[in-house]
Parts: sequence; C-alpha cells; structure tokens
Amino acid sequence: MPEATAPVGQNQTAAFEPKIVAFFCNWCTYLAADLAGTSRLRYAPNVRVVRVMCSGRVDPQFVLEAFAQGADGVLIGGCHPNDCHYQEGNYKALRRYHLLRRMLEQMGVEPERFRLEWISASEGERLRQVVNEMVEQVRALGPFRKSEQFEPAEEAVAR
Amino acid sequence: MKPKLAFYWCASCGGCEEAVVDLAEKVLDVVAAVDIVFWPVALDFKRTDVEAMPDGSIAAAFINGAIRTSEQEEMAKLLRRKARIVVAFGACAQTGGVPGLANLYDRESLLRAVYSESPSTLNPEGTRPAPHYATNGAALELPVFWDRVRALGQVIPVDYSIPGCPPTPKLLADAVAALLTGSLPERGAVLAPDKALCEECPRRESKPDKLAITRFRRPHETLIETDRCLLAQGLLCLGPATRAGCEARCIQGNMPCTGCFGATSRVRDFGAKALSSIASLTGSNDEAEIIRILENIPDPVGTFYRYSLPAAPLPGKRPNRAGK
Ligand code: SF4
Ligand code: SF4
Ligand code: FES
Repeated sequence: MPEATAPVGQNQTAAFEPKIVAFFCNWCTYLAADLAGTSRLRYAPNVRVVRVMCSGRVDPQFVLEAFAQGADGVLIGGCHPNDCHYQEGNYKALRRYHLLRRMLEQMGVEPERFRLEWISASEGERLRQVVNEMVEQVRALGPFRKSEQFEPAEEAVAR
Repeated sequence: MKPKLAFYWCASCGGCEEAVVDLAEKVLDVVAAVDIVFWPVALDFKRTDVEAMPDGSIAAAFINGAIRTSEQEEMAKLLRRKARIVVAFGACAQTGGVPGLANLYDRESLLRAVYSESPSTLNPEGTRPAPHYATNGAALELPVFWDRVRALGQVIPVDYSIPGCPPTPKLLADAVAALLTGSLPERGAVLAPDKALCEECPRRESKPDKLAITRFRRPHETLIETDRCLLAQGLLCLGPATRAGCEARCIQGNMPCTGCFGATSRVRDFGAKALSSIASLTGSNDEAEIIRILENIPDPVGTFYRYSLPAAPLPGKRPNRAGK
C-alpha cells in the first residue's frame, strides 16, 4: 500500500480492524440494523452505532469529531426520499453530505471513508451489504490518521 | 502605579496593530490610564526589557497572530510568564486565522513553492532559510519554521479572546475599560456579544424565514443590491453562523460576511457549523441538482475555515496525502 509511509501505520496494518462510526436514524436504518440482528444476518462488527432521531440531526460537527477521535470511517443512514418522519430531514442530510464530502476531500480524506445511505426498516440485507462493503473499503485504505496539530521542535530542526 | 499593558504580534498581517492605532483619540485615554511597556510595532522596547521584568508584572498582554515559528512560540511563553492576563487578539491568535490555511500543505511544499517554484523566484543554488548558518566566522540564527500553524491557545493558556480580522477598536476599548474597572467576565470568555451577526445586521428585516438558494453567487458575479439580505440574493453570507460584534461592517460595505468573528459559545467548530447552515439552504431535493448547485462553492475549506482551520477537529490536510 503506497500510503503507509508512517511507521505507526505500517505496524498497525497487519491487524487493522477499521472503526466505523454509524449515525442511524431511529425510524429506518436503526430498525434495519435491529432486523439484521434478529434475522441473524452477519455483518462486520466494526460499526459503532449512534442512534439519532433523524439523519437531519447529524451535524457535520459530529462527523468531524468522530474522525478526530479515531474513527476510520463515518456512515450516515437515513430514510428514503419522501419517507423522513420530519419531512425535510433527509434532504438536509443529503445537502450537507455533498458539501461536507467535498470539504473532506480537500483535507485529504478519501471519499470511501464517508458515506450516506438510505436504508429503510425492512432492508436488513441492504444494511449488511453496505456495512460489509464499507468496512472492506476502509480496511483497504488503512487507518485514518488525522493531521498532527504539531510536530516537536527536534524533528523540525532535523529536516 | 498605572497597570502595565503589552502588545505583541506573531504570524499576522499587521491589521490587528491597525485596530489599536484606530482607537484614534481614544488611544490617548488608554495611554493616560495605563503604561504600555512593550509594543514592537510602535515603541522601542526589546525582548530583553521584557525578560528583565518580574513575572506577573504586566496586567495584560494582547497577542495577535498565529504561531508558526519558534520565536513566536518563545515570545508567547515569555509574555505568558510576565502577564497576569493574556488576551488572544484577533482571529489568527484566537483560531489560527488566514495564515492557518497553510495547514492544507506541509512545510516542505510551502518552502518549495516559495523558494523554488513560484514564477518570480530566481534561486539557482536552492537557498533555503536555515535555523543555523555560519559565515565569516559568525554564527547566525533564524527562528525555526514549524510544520504547522497553531492558534495561540494551542501554545499557551489564554484567558480571553477578542475576535475579528481585525477586531474593532471598540471591542479593544471595551476590553481595556473592563480590565481597568475589574469588570472582565469569567476567564475563557470571548469578549464580544454571544449572538449571531444576523441579529445585529441592518438588513435583518429582509432575510426570509425560509431560504431556498438555487444559485450561490460570488460577489463579482452579480450586481449586489444595497438594502436586501445578501443570502436572499444568493451571496454566501456567513452571518447566520458568525458571532456578532463587528457591527456588520462588511455588510455595511455591501460585502457578505466571511465569518471572521468565529462561532458563538453554542458552537464547537465554526467551519462545520457554517457549512451546515449554508448547505441546508440549497434549494432542491434532487441529488444531481443539489450537487450542481453546491459546485458554486468551489473551495469549501477556504470558505468555511477561512479563519479557523488550526482550531478545527481536523486541523489541516492529512500528512500522508500532503503535497499533492
Ligand atoms: S445573512 Fe448576512 S445580510 Fe442577511 S441578515 Fe444575516 S448578516 Fe445580514
Ligand atoms: S461582517 Fe463578518 S467578516 Fe465582516 S467583520 Fe463582521 S464578522 Fe468579520
Ligand atoms: S426520520 Fe429518518 S431520516 Fe428523517
């Protein structure tokens, strides 16, 4: 993998299990996750699910904070168009997603690390697919390393 | 004895110094009430003078600019020891400011651009600034250029911030008055009103309750009306996400707010919040159209983190992709 230049990254790649923070809407994707569970559909255990009342509740600050605190990927799951319990929430999520996605790209965050999907309560199988696919893509990318805020003086002088 | 004040500048453009000078005749009131013991832009005191002062002997140090070099860091730490109150003065000190956008690049790309690649550079020997240099038996020292820009509060503890690029003279005068009368708020406070700029904007009445923008316009792309809310005209005005206190000076000049006063206390990260409030106004529910409309915002980082990238949760470009 060409990008694993840092020693930290290299050591971790062997046993790297991506951490995906998933913000799931209470009315759809969260129920789909439940359904996947009860129907014993196996999906990768790498997602940490945060239940929100609507995908429109996912503030871009949450997404950045998740990455900053060690998430390797962030997944937002919401109701299909026209199905949002609060009418507009998923459209707001969609608008924010596209602008945030472009901003993250400018910061060197690969697009596969940030995803928005519409998954209804009955789509347990689709949930499984999306999660598994994302985990594999992020695993291939390697751990997310945020830019260090600062580099110690000695290193700087040595350059 | 009059309380002692110090002013210092780090990685900044000089605009914040201008805000002090712009106190105009009020500067005389300040000078009458305090002793300015250090102010490199205007007074001939040296670093050694500051070093000779007893610790804690300066009432307040107003430091503007971000921290990019070792010297700026040393001066910030020195003033922190000597001053009882440190005020981060202006957007660069508060959150990194415009110089903080350099965190989209690493040091090597910056030095390469400036000392080799820029079309106006003639540097066949590839000379670069070096922290140590010896010539004719003399040793010369230059500050180290750090890999990253930091806000002042990421280097030393800061007691108060005065926002703005630059702050207004009024906010400075108010801060000095509060200092003199002992009426400063709790430590950590931002010394500006804690409400959104729209609330003090003279065009507030014309801001629609519900906005659906189908074309974001940049100022040069349109003839800007002088009395209607700028967002309602499709201009990217960050007033809804920005802290009040500047008296809407850009809007008074018929230009949209770019967010230099930063966030209110209810927001942790200005850039993400500003992005959120603008993106939500996109006037479509259709994915392809949403993407097309948002393409009118070509540089999201530069637009929403213009003044605060180093203070953001993701404080710059990730290192393994730097130098692209
Ligand atoms: S969006 Fe801009 S122009 Fe409109 S009310 Fe707010 S600050 Fe004023
Ligand atoms: S209008 Fe916005 S950018 Fe202009 S001075 Fe005020 S806060 Fe800063
Ligand atoms: S309620 Fe599910 S996305 Fe709004």
